Amino acid sequence: MIVKEFRQMRRDRRTLAMMVVLPMLLLVVFGYAASFDVTAIPTRVVGDRAAAVAEQLPPPFEVRAVAPAEGRPEAVRSLRDGVVPVVIVAGASGVTVLLDGAELFTANAARAALARTDGTARIEVLFNPDLRTSAVMVPGLAGMILLFVGTVITSLGVVRERQSGTLEQLAVMPLRPRDVFFGKITPYFLVAAVDLTVVVAAGTLLFGVPFHGSLLVLALGALLFLFVTLGTGVLISSVSQNQGQAIQLAMMTLLPQVLLSGLIFPLRSMPVGVRWIGYLLPLTYFTQISRGVMLRGAPITALWQPFLYLTLLGVAVVTFATLRFRAFLSPQGTRRSPAVAAGAEP
Amino acid sequence: MSWGLDGVSVERGAVTVLGAVTLEVTKGEIVAVVGGDGAGKSTLLAALAGLIRPSSGTIRRPERSRIGFLPASSGVYPDLTVSENLRFAASVYGLPERIAADRIRTLLERTGLAGAADRLGGRLSGGMRQKLGVARAMLHQPDLLILDEPTTGVDPVSRSDLWWLLTREVARGCAVVLSTTYLDEADRAGHVVVLRSGRVLTEGTPAAITAAVPGTLRTVAFRPAAPFAWRRGRTWRAWSADGGPDGDRVEPDLQDAVVLATLRAEGRP
Repeated sequence: MIVKEFRQMRRDRRTLAMMVVLPMLLLVVFGYAASFDVTAIPTRVVGDRAAAVAEQLPPPFEVRAVAPAEGRPEAVRSLRDGVVPVVIVAGASGVTVLLDGAELFTANAARAALARTDGTARIEVLFNPDLRTSAVMVPGLAGMILLFVGTVITSLGVVRERQSGTLEQLAVMPLRPRDVFFGKITPYFLVAAVDLTVVVAAGTLLFGVPFHGSLLVLALGALLFLFVTLGTGVLISSVSQNQGQAIQLAMMTLLPQVLLSGLIFPLRSMPVGVRWIGYLLPLTYFTQISRGVMLRGAPITALWQPFLYLTLLGVAVVTFATLRFRAFLSPQGTRRSPAVAAGAEP
Repeated sequence: MSWGLDGVSVERGAVTVLGAVTLEVTKGEIVAVVGGDGAGKSTLLAALAGLIRPSSGTIRRPERSRIGFLPASSGVYPDLTVSENLRFAASVYGLPERIAADRIRTLLERTGLAGAADRLGGRLSGGMRQKLGVARAMLHQPDLLILDEPTTGVDPVSRSDLWWLLTREVARGCAVVLSTTYLDEADRAGHVVVLRSGRVLTEGTPAAITAAVPGTLRTVAFRPAAPFAWRRGRTWRAWSADGGPDGDRVEPDLQDAVVLATLRAEGRP
């Protein structure tokens, strides 16, 4: 029995890979990335006395810009647009520290650091004044749900066709690959859209999560993010022989996204190498968009970077998925090309 | 109009799955492809249906909308009901609503599935699933019907029903290519192609194949010493090229002809 199990294990390459890769991944994540400690806080200092205050700022504040000509309105805009999480307004009437409440751990770290100073600065937390965890988690949770529906459920739906032998049937039917592709993903797309609406509505109505921005901008971000996740789901299904394999692969794409996207652990507290893995993951950008829109009311112009990266990821993943899917439905090739094309259907 | 394969080879790696196979099927004809496990029957049908690109040779088939195909797995959606499976196929083939409803009702009655119209595909017996697969393949009245083992797992009465359905399709002018392991069924086809290791062992009408059997075939009660012998029911068949062993002489049927051709090709004993 033991020998048989080892033989089966050896032949099930994917499970074997998962048994090796998953512990490594968890080791990297929990060893390097899983940290709530923020050791560096990018800070902008504005106001008449900006230069003097900037010079005296202790760690973990890292001065990124000093703008004596700017005042409170510009400071608030910097926070809203996600330029920095902390802006210090050093005017003639005193020093006010504005914190971005959407960046929960950074704001907490800033408050703790400020408490260790002389305490003359006034602290204002914007966008999430009570620093509630639910306000930060619900926008991210929306992304997780889209990710789950888009990747796991879609991959299972397509693999089911292969397992039940109906994919062969579709390949013979007068359907173009893109008809099948969009026919397969559209229902999941709609279900995910309903899920998103429910989560956002429940978040705002039940948990009091603010929604300061434009619904349209969030919808656009969700649309792009869904394209990436649905494309990933189709890609996974095209390389999986059965639903077990599809789930394994889907989990291997889900886990890093949940842990390394900034959804739970702040990207700022991760080492640079691990942070770069996060920058390759679509959930990182959707989380930035959803938090930016819902909590800070950021306009699309302030979110151009996550939108751009999501678009690039979407184009790459959907193109690759469409090509894989087309190959999936096309006649399976053999060693040499046919000497003569098929008669009535060249 | 005829459809078929001209010298089609299919190779997977270093293995020749089909070797220069030629097959012709005309309107109103049934061609049966027979052979043992791994003979290349499913590959031949998949190549004809356009699922496999051949390494060489020509495939003549109608456009996809005029092909009806039953894969070996029946291709039935387990989480759709019987009528939903058929309605989905009708919509893909663009059948008008009224025509689709008429044909679905007729096919359900003829296949004996009318009582199970609302049952999920996954809850059907193997035979019922096969019948549903055949009904779906016939729904749009194709010019070429390709059926991979349509009667496998089907009870004798239902097999008879399926053949009756096929006969009606043929009468309509449809060309049918099917694979089967049941040689008594192949006997009903107009043309039989016997495959072995991806190559055509013998072919022709059932009568021509049996007429071409050389030597003498006898039936004996116990296992004979003859080099070419096989069991048929409670007795044995013994063949020899030159009159051979004792026993009652019998005229070979298609099953005898195919078994003998296979044994001789294998060089037994």
